[in-house]
Amino acid sequence: MSPTSPPRVAISGVKKVFTVNGAPFTAIEKIDLDIQPNEFVAVVGTSGCGKSTLLNMVGGLEEPSLGQITIDGRPVTGPGRDRGFVFQSYSLFEWMTVAGNIRFALEKSKLSPAEKTEAVAELIQAVGLRGFENAWPHQLSGGMKQRVAIARALVYRPSILLMDEPFGALDAQTRGLMQELLLKIWEDHKVTVIFITHDVDEAIFLADRVVVLASRPGLVKSVHAVDLPRPRSPDLLTDPAFMAIKRKVLADIREESLKVMAQDLSSPKLAKD
Amino acid sequence: MNPSPEAAANRPRRRGLLRLRQEIPRPVFIAAGWAVPLVLLLLWWAVTASGLVQKLFLPSPGAILAEGWRQLSEGILLHDAAISTYRILLGWSAATLIAVPVGILMGTYRLAEGALEPFISTVRYMPVVALIPLTILWAGIGDAQKILILFIATFFSQALMVMDNVKGVDGALIRTGQTLGFTEGEILRRIVLPAAAPGIWDTLRITVGWTWTYLVVAELVAANEGLGRRIMDAQRYLATDTILWGTLFIGILGLVTDLAFKRMGQRLFRWKGGPK
Repeated sequence: MSPTSPPRVAISGVKKVFTVNGAPFTAIEKIDLDIQPNEFVAVVGTSGCGKSTLLNMVGGLEEPSLGQITIDGRPVTGPGRDRGFVFQSYSLFEWMTVAGNIRFALEKSKLSPAEKTEAVAELIQAVGLRGFENAWPHQLSGGMKQRVAIARALVYRPSILLMDEPFGALDAQTRGLMQELLLKIWEDHKVTVIFITHDVDEAIFLADRVVVLASRPGLVKSVHAVDLPRPRSPDLLTDPAFMAIKRKVLADIREESLKVMAQDLSSPKLAKD
Repeated sequence: MNPSPEAAANRPRRRGLLRLRQEIPRPVFIAAGWAVPLVLLLLWWAVTASGLVQKLFLPSPGAILAEGWRQLSEGILLHDAAISTYRILLGWSAATLIAVPVGILMGTYRLAEGALEPFISTVRYMPVVALIPLTILWAGIGDAQKILILFIATFFSQALMVMDNVKGVDGALIRTGQTLGFTEGEILRRIVLPAAAPGIWDTLRITVGWTWTYLVVAELVAANEGLGRRIMDAQRYLATDTILWGTLFIGILGLVTDLAFKRMGQRLFRWKGGPK
């Protein structure tokens, strides 16, 4: 990476204040974070630390109250096809088949119908859903649904993939397989990933860097580089180097959780957040 | 029955049909559905045949069937049914035609919800019967008045239910549409509406049932024909067999309508998978 090229995503001095029942609530105090092209960044933190808010702002679904987010040097003004989004609730269009869901994402693209068909087939192959092209979403398991959502988010070749706890609703076994699948797709497709999760193992296993957010108001508490070799296999989860990073990340999160609990105990009104 | 050694070691597993949320054999489930009306029918027949209850208060099942046959053979029944169905269809369709778009607007735009929801919620609780005099002033004593009553009885609840159907659409679907570059209008038409459609269809099915239940109210005033009218006329002569037959027949027509809606819904929304 040449030092002169702008970061893929630059989050500078971003603040977000919501109005909750007429009173201002600061979800994010100030976040600065640069993400390089093709980097895989995981964001962890306690509930209500503004993780999803941050992701929504990068996605252009919400606007910062202060500060700016740029992508390749251009400010974000709204959602755009340079960013794909995967949500925890699979958010599939139930009235479209698997292939239909993925193809729907290409409606606004200038590809010819033949090129679209090819792109859809390629992504179905990449997420391992060959043979399920004409299945309805209700016929799929949670893991398969999320494969469709990933394929749909990647089919128009965004340079950034934004994932908001995408595997949070899956069982542990499926989750592990989906993580491996995601890493493979990420290596094949050369895409920058911002991945929100509660799961520290997941964050370290996947990411180049793990960002721990502090809560109420949201700030970057710490950033942990994950200098573990790739391609990664599940064996890594018991590797001493992995454990060492995990220990530090968990300590930071624990500190935040204790802080949040102390706050909740002194002002029970906020505890529902 | 010999319990297996494993089961005997633990607390014996409860067998039988009454276990919390446990599935029962399908034939038993269906038989139970038939058993209740059959038992009621039997009881009904027993108390009337034994003379325990006077004919005036409760005619026998046979007398009611005979009354149904009489109406059918004299051509009254189909004529009444046609007139009433026509009124139901018009009143319900008019309500639907307005309530669906209004409900969609209220479920989509907070401004529409804020503007209309308090009004509609209030009117919904006003008794329709009390509005009969006004509807006569407004619409006369012809068919229009009956249809207006059915419209009022259906519209307000229907609009609120459609609003809820639309509001129930997962927000992540809308955000997905935004990230895929669709405009607000496109998201509404191509994502929100298809996602809400099965719920809206269910609302239409439920509300057409309500429209049927208001038929008698609609035909209360200045009607010469119709299933509801026939019941009101029978009141004057204490013709309880006519009253019961009419009520039963309206129930049957309501059931048929319901089944038709269910079938069509399964056809329309095959992507949801069949009935469980």
